[in-house]
Amino acid sequence: MIIKGGIVYDPANGVFGDEMDICVENGRIVEDAKGEEIDARGLLVMPGGVDAHTHIAGKKVNTGRVMRPDDSRLGAEPKTAVCRPSTGYTVPNCYAMGYRYVRMGYTTAFEAATPIIEARHTHEELEEIPILDKGALTLFGNNWEVMECVRDKDLSKLAAYIAWGLRASRGYGVKVVNPGGGEAWGFGANVKGLHDPVPNFDVTPAEIIHGLAEANEMLRLPHSIHLHFNNTGKPGNYTTALETLELLKDIKPSRMRQVIHVAHMQFSAYGGTSWRDFESKAPVIADYFNQHNHATMDLGMLLFGSATTMTADAPLEYGNARLTHNKWSNHDIELEESSGVVPMVYFRKMLVNAVQWAIGLELALLTKDPWKVLMTTDHPNGSPFVNYPEVVSLLMSKPKRDAEMATLHEQLPKRTTLGSIERELDWSEIAVMTRAAPAKILGLGDKGHLGPGADADISVYNLRPEEVDASADHQLVKKALAVAKYTIKSGVLVSRDGEILATPDGRTFWVDASVPQADIDRLMIDLQEKFEKYYSIKLSNYMVQDAYVPNPVVIKAGSQDLRSEGVA
Amino acid sequence: MILEDVVCSFCGCLCDDLVAEVEEGKVKRIKRACRLGSSKMMGHGRIKAPMVRKDGELKEVSYQEAYDRAAEILLCAKKPLLYGWASTVCEAQKKGVLLAEEVAGVIDSTATVCHGPSVIGIEEKGLPGATLGQVKNRADMIVFWGCNPAEAHPRHALRYSSNVPGKFTPEGRAGRKVVVVDVRETRTAKNADKFVLIRPGSDYEVISALRMLVAGKGDFVPDEVGGIPKTVLASLADFLKSAKFGAVFFGLGITHSRGRYKNIDNALSLVAELNAHTKFVVMPMRGHYNVTGIGQVMAWETGFPMSVDFARGAAYFNPGETAACDLLARHDTDAALIIAADAASNFPRPTVEYLARIPVIQIDPYENPTTLLSEVVIPSAISGVEAEGTAYRMDGMALRMRKLVDTTYPSDEEILTNIIESVRRQRGTIGCTEA
Repeated sequence: MIIKGGIVYDPANGVFGDEMDICVENGRIVEDAKGEEIDARGLLVMPGGVDAHTHIAGKKVNTGRVMRPDDSRLGAEPKTAVCRPSTGYTVPNCYAMGYRYVRMGYTTAFEAATPIIEARHTHEELEEIPILDKGALTLFGNNWEVMECVRDKDLSKLAAYIAWGLRASRGYGVKVVNPGGGEAWGFGANVKGLHDPVPNFDVTPAEIIHGLAEANEMLRLPHSIHLHFNNTGKPGNYTTALETLELLKDIKPSRMRQVIHVAHMQFSAYGGTSWRDFESKAPVIADYFNQHNHATMDLGMLLFGSATTMTADAPLEYGNARLTHNKWSNHDIELEESSGVVPMVYFRKMLVNAVQWAIGLELALLTKDPWKVLMTTDHPNGSPFVNYPEVVSLLMSKPKRDAEMATLHEQLPKRTTLGSIERELDWSEIAVMTRAAPAKILGLGDKGHLGPGADADISVYNLRPEEVDASADHQLVKKALAVAKYTIKSGVLVSRDGEILATPDGRTFWVDASVPQADIDRLMIDLQEKFEKYYSIKLSNYMVQDAYVPNPVVIKAGSQDLRSEGVA
Repeated sequence: MILEDVVCSFCGCLCDDLVAEVEEGKVKRIKRACRLGSSKMMGHGRIKAPMVRKDGELKEVSYQEAYDRAAEILLCAKKPLLYGWASTVCEAQKKGVLLAEEVAGVIDSTATVCHGPSVIGIEEKGLPGATLGQVKNRADMIVFWGCNPAEAHPRHALRYSSNVPGKFTPEGRAGRKVVVVDVRETRTAKNADKFVLIRPGSDYEVISALRMLVAGKGDFVPDEVGGIPKTVLASLADFLKSAKFGAVFFGLGITHSRGRYKNIDNALSLVAELNAHTKFVVMPMRGHYNVTGIGQVMAWETGFPMSVDFARGAAYFNPGETAACDLLARHDTDAALIIAADAASNFPRPTVEYLARIPVIQIDPYENPTTLLSEVVIPSAISGVEAEGTAYRMDGMALRMRKLVDTTYPSDEEILTNIIESVRRQRGTIGCTEA
């Protein structure tokens, strides 16, 4: 296959809007190829989109569907010759997840939070999502074994447990959510800050985060720790964010990447002492990212309208439910985590929501290096992923932002610097934030670029970047990004002008990290006791079986072995 | 051969510590299971061969003939009902959803006559829950409301709830308080520290009174509610608030008594309210071992947990209209596939009478009253004994069911795959006669 004459943005390979042909063979990008020609003359061509932080599979997503028949009724589409029926808006069914990402030109999406013990469920749903390549990050931040290893300062055992937990969950990386808070929530409490001790475990959130980050680097995992800060979603929490970032400054990365990826930064860039004097601290946060190179972030952009909040930060969800008087699901997970789900509507007329909206944009525009910022909405917490084109068009157009701000609360300009920001992102920067950077941050070497050997995941948009002024014609940008002209996944043309043409199975990435057997032996003594006394299922029934990951790509890592091999 | 850590395929407890003794391809003994689980796992009363009704009699046929006849019935029906699913694995349930889409039918589960009202309650209020291990390790207060685990979920108390020691509950039963609320003194009530005998049908009022008392609005509560003096209810409210971690388990006593889903809505609200004072979680006591699984599978595949109508190609859900009993009562379905369930024994009489008038396809390992009114009978392997696959425990925990012995029976998944294949092959080629 040859994609002819597109205006290509492939920033990882230094290609910034050059007219070129892209050749594809056996699912990969190659130097030269024959066969089917796709006419992309003058059109915007980028690598397939990569979403490094989204909630697309597992117990909490399905809980959202069960408790929101109102949402499932939206977006109903009948079956076609190729597609299963679709439902939902903020919590689509599995099929709609695949089709809608692909229609936007996205080809990879990573589920951001899976407890080890419930990973079987996550993989059952991931397998049902068509076309996309995917992976799941595994939760470690409130795990008893983790906290005990940290308390005992036994980092090699902690690393062994992470390796074991990733294997048990067929997980890709280390997710940490409100460390210590989820354990405290077991008795209805929370931790208030980085140095607030976790009840019954004699550790602090700071120690958990630092320990996990160190162990992550001992294991040379492709991704860094992926952290949802303590105090997320609370006024004044930017200090917790800065303090946590400072805590990890000294850690040496084991690969060419960050040592901490911050999840949905928007929800942790808040000033003020209450919702009354709530204000943006995005400039302070962006300044920190500009001064330091050990951290990256995804935006967690919030848009007005319907959302479903879902997170392993269970106390946060309880707070959301009390605040909004909305329905509330909670799910505590023995020895490992807690979590919650609350439907939400963000209102244009509500000042707090308007400030949140502005913070996401400020973060993206004030952070100078686009490689540090991923464009996400923390789907479906800030907004469902189908609204990514709205975010991109806001980032590319000052007039659009000004027009939006004019419709929002009159106090807004006093609470944010957004109105004074002139910067408009260009296509290269958008290609970084939605393709190249998420692949690099996750450590997916064959994703997010179009160099020879890369996965042939390509999106072509019905937009002529050399003719369209994205600032003035922001409506065209939004429209073009919503429905890709062509989406190619692993060399297969899977959608054209929004019509799904084929639904090949995607693959699931997971990380197999090797550790010294002596550490595993010490670890197993602990685990056998935990399964004997505390877990409600048997150790032999715990691990995700191979049957649940039918199309795996196993990435090797570990303190001993650094070979990387794909097993298709 | 001895197989350890076998997962039980009887109830929603999904006990995963069974020991099976297998000899000569047969399960000889099951250890650690309760009597209900052991009886199910040992098997009994199997259907021997596929059958199709000819001249009023069920006659043995080949599997392929049974698949083709089943496909023909489904293709000729205007709106077939695909019902059951609670006692089979998720892999079969997924095929069921696909088949429903293929034949533009309605798919519904046994929840519709069981915890369906709980699902509707959760749609109204959400579910503040936990895994059973969390309850085991932390709960110092257990409430059983309208359920009788001592007889229906015999190992629940010993493995997960009132009597099991855990990390912060090292004394087991001695360190816990157990409250039972019911309309009769069940065997579960004998294990209670507090047994509250309420008037039948008064659950909603009693829960409302407790909500007000917990919220400090007791002044509005009348002197007696549901046959219980206000003073007793007030002390019960204080008792609940005194817990460090409380867990409420509820059963069909409140889902199928007066008020139905409103009872659940109210109970969920009570638990949410209790969380303003201490930690509380709540969980329905699911019956069949994988009735939770069909709800999960349907939710991720169709967006809705039960009663989904594909007549118009897209998923449509409206309980009261699209649930199995509604369709049968309205005569709004003209064929039924019943799998891993026994509608003839459990449905209201008029709906069973209608079921006897339309063509019915049964897929089940066991003969039961539904067999008697079926047009096509397809015997299957017993999931969790003769076929492997996934099941979801009552708390949503997914476990892999093992295959313990070989069998010549096809699995539910294989049977459904073959029927789907036959539907696709025969579509447009068969002539249907008007019923």
